[in-house]
Amino acid sequence: MTCNITENKTAPDPARHVAARFDIPSYRYLDSDGRALAPLPAFAGDYDHIRKLYRMMLLVRSFDQRAIALQRTGQLGTYASCLGQEAIGTALGDAMAAEDVLLPSYRETPALLMRGVAMHELLLYWGGDERGMAYGKVPHDFPICIPIATQAPHAVGVASAFKLRGEQRVAVSVFGDGASSKGDFYEALNLAGIWRLPVLFIIVNNQWAISVPRDAQSGAETLAQKAIAGGLGCEQVDGNDLIAMRERIASALAHARAGEPWLIEAKTYRLCDHTTADDASRYRDKVELERHRALEPVVRIRRYLEQAGQWDQRQEDELKTSNDTEVENAVNTYLAAPPPSAQAMFDHLYAVLPESLHWQLVQATEQGHGCG
Amino acid sequence: MAVAEITLVEAVNQALAYELEADKDVVVFGEDVGVNGGVFRATEGLQKRFGRQRVMDTPLAEGLIAGMAIGMAAQGMHPVAEIQFMGFIYPTIDQLLNHAARLRNRTRGRLSCPMVLRAPYGGGIRAPEHHSESTEALFAHIPGLRVVIPSSPARAYGLLLAAIRDPDPVVFLEPKRIYRLVRQEVPDDGQALPLDVCYVLRQGSDVTLVSWGAMLHETLQAAGQLADEGISAEVIDVATLKPLDMATIAESVTRTGRCIIVHEAARSGGIGAEIAAYLAEHCLLDLLAPVRRVTGYDTIMPLLRNEQRYLPDVARILASVRRTLEFS
Repeated sequence: MTCNITENKTAPDPARHVAARFDIPSYRYLDSDGRALAPLPAFAGDYDHIRKLYRMMLLVRSFDQRAIALQRTGQLGTYASCLGQEAIGTALGDAMAAEDVLLPSYRETPALLMRGVAMHELLLYWGGDERGMAYGKVPHDFPICIPIATQAPHAVGVASAFKLRGEQRVAVSVFGDGASSKGDFYEALNLAGIWRLPVLFIIVNNQWAISVPRDAQSGAETLAQKAIAGGLGCEQVDGNDLIAMRERIASALAHARAGEPWLIEAKTYRLCDHTTADDASRYRDKVELERHRALEPVVRIRRYLEQAGQWDQRQEDELKTSNDTEVENAVNTYLAAPPPSAQAMFDHLYAVLPESLHWQLVQATEQGHGCG
Repeated sequence: MAVAEITLVEAVNQALAYELEADKDVVVFGEDVGVNGGVFRATEGLQKRFGRQRVMDTPLAEGLIAGMAIGMAAQGMHPVAEIQFMGFIYPTIDQLLNHAARLRNRTRGRLSCPMVLRAPYGGGIRAPEHHSESTEALFAHIPGLRVVIPSSPARAYGLLLAAIRDPDPVVFLEPKRIYRLVRQEVPDDGQALPLDVCYVLRQGSDVTLVSWGAMLHETLQAAGQLADEGISAEVIDVATLKPLDMATIAESVTRTGRCIIVHEAARSGGIGAEIAAYLAEHCLLDLLAPVRRVTGYDTIMPLLRNEQRYLPDVARILASVRRTLEFS
């Protein structure tokens, strides 16, 4: 493996014992002000394309803000924002083929939207309604996975099905830095390496698993290197650099499609609380937060477009207005959805409701009359 | 053509082979199921016959086995995964409870999980530690799952075919003590038996004996001895523990007025408690005596030198029946 761009690694901490050191390729194209650090991939010059991706990042930022406001006013359940991580989901949604299958965690909002999940479906989900996982326009993607890393084994199962049927499709599983500590993660990686499965794992390393920082999560120098033990290709990418993420995900998907399973550690930073039920100020230093805010992805790609003369304040204002309208329409659709019926608990419990459960259905639907 | 007499474990093998042949989406995998044919030989010869693409040895990782089955099933395949012993099944509970059982419900039917997780279970074969427990109730508590236990070669064949063809996830527990206990003619005709229903193995009018799995062997023996004494016992094989066909059991108890539930699993929170609770709710006025349970104790399953003291036997079943008959 060679790498064309290597970020400036921090010098190894001599006080920290590291049993093994690996040469993990690390990629970044844009500095925090959006200036190119090296020759950019060709697609970076397709400004329509980049504007489209920028639009998505900004749309998700509006969506996140609105969702949090809905939660604060009792109109939505607990919500997990992806503030600061928008480049990763956006690049992923753009790079995946329609027939690939996404097995997401709960901070891949841009990818879900770009795969065809409707914004009001996401609101339904976070609002506590299973219809939000029906994904009317996305037949095969898995819904958001809450139990950490448990979707990694599903991904190798999906990839096994692709391989057995000889299909050129990739299963993409996304999870956080905390997930890389779990057995499910290692077990899935291990199988992918043995069976050479068309699967891509993305560790969104946002430095915090709720209140536990990255360094308390693993003694490994990088999370990417965990893939080496499984026989997978791996690399680190600046997760706040849209250009790098888009280019490296496309490359990893090509590897996976050719039966070379791959792992990307996308290094980013969770600028928000873990969820609306969390208060990150209890465990996180404000100075650190502000340091990372300066590296965030949305400003970086806007500066890139501005410096290329491809974006101005008028476009920015227009985009914000149209995004807000789109979000508001979705909110209205969500709020107008009738509540689920009592019967909804039974509708999809099994393909056909077993006869022995019929009386429970009757009791649930005749509220107040049932006596057990 | 004469139909061969086969054992329960051979019936499992016969059903797997039939369905691998009939349904190209069926795949069989687990630890040592390929070249070795499974530690109990349930998958013997299948890899040779159907190839490494259809019958696969997995790495030693039970959570992975269950999780990858979910991924395959969501893609429309029909995975039949083996967990080598029930003592090693517990890492799969996360996947079964959090995913397999609820994938259909979560996605409003968009994705489903037509998978089978097979595992040998139960005591009485002088096995090492962790190889003898009966923890079926843990799985039967999970909404959206099916838990199926055969008690004869014919039902192993018919119920396993039904489990593989079922559109929802099934935990299929095989009573390993009777894997080779009896032989039975089982035509390899691809005929599935219905799930979600109890099977009445013996008709009777004085008392209803309800059991499943290996304990039916002792339960039927007890019923035979009772018949010699002029006591008519009805014997019911629950077969599907989740969802539970209480209609058949309640109908029987309504006629006999007496019910004994026999299971080798620990007593508290077992399926016997669920059956007894239902009878108390729905059949109280038909009962001539309290519902009784003959079960394993609420102890750790002992190692082999003590396991026969733990497992219910014919004498314990008969003693319980007699107390029930003496009540009224």
